[in-house]
Amino acid sequence: MNKKFVLGIYDDEDVLLTAIENVRAAGTKIYEVFTPYPIHGIDDVLGIKRSRLPIVAFMCGLFGTCFALWMQIYMLGFDWPMIIGGKPHLAIPSFIPVTFELTVLCAAFGMVITFFIVTNLKPTLKVRMLDKRSTDDKFVMAIEVKEGTTDLAALSKLLRSNGAIEVNEKEVVK
Amino acid sequence: MTEERLIISRKTNNKFFLMIAIGVVLLIAGIIFMAAGGGAEHHAEGGHGEAAAAGHEAVSWTKRLFINLWFNNVYFTGISVIGVFFIAVQYVAYAGWSALIKRVPEALTSYLPVGGVIMLLLFLIGRHDIFHWTHESLYDINSPEYDPIIAGKEGYLNFWFFIIRMVAYFALWILFANWLKRNSLEEDLNGGTGYYHKSIRISAGFLVIFGITSSTSAWDWVLSIDTHWFSTMFGWYVFASWWVSGLAAITLSVIILKQNGYLKMVNANHLHDLGKFVFAFSIFWTYIWFSQFLLYWYANMPEEVIYFLERLGGNEGHYKWIFFVNLLINFVFPFLVLMTRDAKRQMIMLKIVTIAILIGHWLDFYLMTMPGTLHAQGGIGFMEIGTALIFFGIFLLTFTRGLTKASLVPVNHPFLEESVHHHV
Repeated sequence: MNKKFVLGIYDDEDVLLTAIENVRAAGTKIYEVFTPYPIHGIDDVLGIKRSRLPIVAFMCGLFGTCFALWMQIYMLGFDWPMIIGGKPHLAIPSFIPVTFELTVLCAAFGMVITFFIVTNLKPTLKVRMLDKRSTDDKFVMAIEVKEGTTDLAALSKLLRSNGAIEVNEKEVVK
Repeated sequence: MTEERLIISRKTNNKFFLMIAIGVVLLIAGIIFMAAGGGAEHHAEGGHGEAAAAGHEAVSWTKRLFINLWFNNVYFTGISVIGVFFIAVQYVAYAGWSALIKRVPEALTSYLPVGGVIMLLLFLIGRHDIFHWTHESLYDINSPEYDPIIAGKEGYLNFWFFIIRMVAYFALWILFANWLKRNSLEEDLNGGTGYYHKSIRISAGFLVIFGITSSTSAWDWVLSIDTHWFSTMFGWYVFASWWVSGLAAITLSVIILKQNGYLKMVNANHLHDLGKFVFAFSIFWTYIWFSQFLLYWYANMPEEVIYFLERLGGNEGHYKWIFFVNLLINFVFPFLVLMTRDAKRQMIMLKIVTIAILIGHWLDFYLMTMPGTLHAQGGIGFMEIGTALIFFGIFLLTFTRGLTKASLVPVNHPFLEESVHHHV
């Protein structure tokens, strides 16, 4: 199935931010905005919710803590008790460095892996570029066209009245 | 940008005086109890026989009083000098976000002269009660009390060098604090970026000096109480404790000022950054604490591990609960509560955590000084709470007076505009 997009091209960051606000206020759903660099505050304007990745990080970290403590207590305390440095079998303070490291490791790996899965980032991923200039000096606002329901003329007018220097249409093959 | 002037009403000032008065009453009550040898001190008396057997005399109330005054003064002086350190770090880092709140750490330094005078007087009057090494007989080879280890440290730990160092620390800290303050106030009047660049150079100088004096003052004022013991982490440990208490004090003051209608341009973003500071450095303190503890615990050498024995099983387990409360309140509590972004942006959460940290690090200094001096006869009674209230009242009086002296908004700070629009 083919998808059709209307692309509003902007050449100014501040104009873009107000345009996004106005376009959303007019009830138009924005598919995506492509910018050459991260723009401060664009997430709020686009209404993107905060990532829930920190929760994943906390859970993975907690898992790392528990796993590390269980591993050391079970191995050194019950499975194969050894006296090391004259300390008791369950020498908790000496377990702390390993526990700390495993907490950090699990939290970091858990976050990265979750991020890859959630964003579908993988070596075979093909990213379609709607307008090449969004990697150079233009900001591109993409709005998906739904056959029959989208009024192209009105949309074009809306984008232009909010400072778009060009309005293009693009069809991509899924 | 408009100026904001803080007005401290007579009523508020009277509250501070009331706080001092309550402190004095509690302190006197504590002294009477202790001198009478009954009441609240009954428990401490129980262990008397054993302590005497171990070669310690019963602790007099003057000794307990001097140690209380000493450690409270060290704690509040530390928070005060952290004010200079905070400003210096912000200048050297070219930080913009903190411009709006910089008058708060600037005012914290107002306690420094008071702290210096109190500390000098305490050392002159009560040094034999606080520091074991000040006894002359320890250095006399013919004396039965001759202590070769302490005598070996005579080059550093002697009366005059100690006095010279103490005066030098305070002179340098006050000099730099006032120098930065004067620049900042002149900037308010005249504007321009000249004062800013000058402040960066002054700050860099201060950081070099504080890098040394923060460690050496910690050795002098806290570590030398346990004269036989040594720790290469100790300077950092005391600094970490001061730094996180100072950050908590700054955050709490900003929130209280904001809730009373001042600092109108401070918003959740500034609080978020302050919250991150408090969160990060409570973990930093724990890291230093653990680094010191783990090595001594693991090596288990008598002359090293005695410090932790005195705080855990030794001294009849007197300090055991404080030892663990210290970790809970200064690490576990801030770590879990301030972890989320929302918590760092809410005044109520920050308020609870900063108050907990301020109490927690007061306990931390208590734990650094008491076991080495009062041994099994220490405790937290009327004397401790009274002294803390007196110092807190004096500190608030000087701090708020410092705050009223200048506009709360540094109107001509070059980064003020950036600070107002700070967004994280």
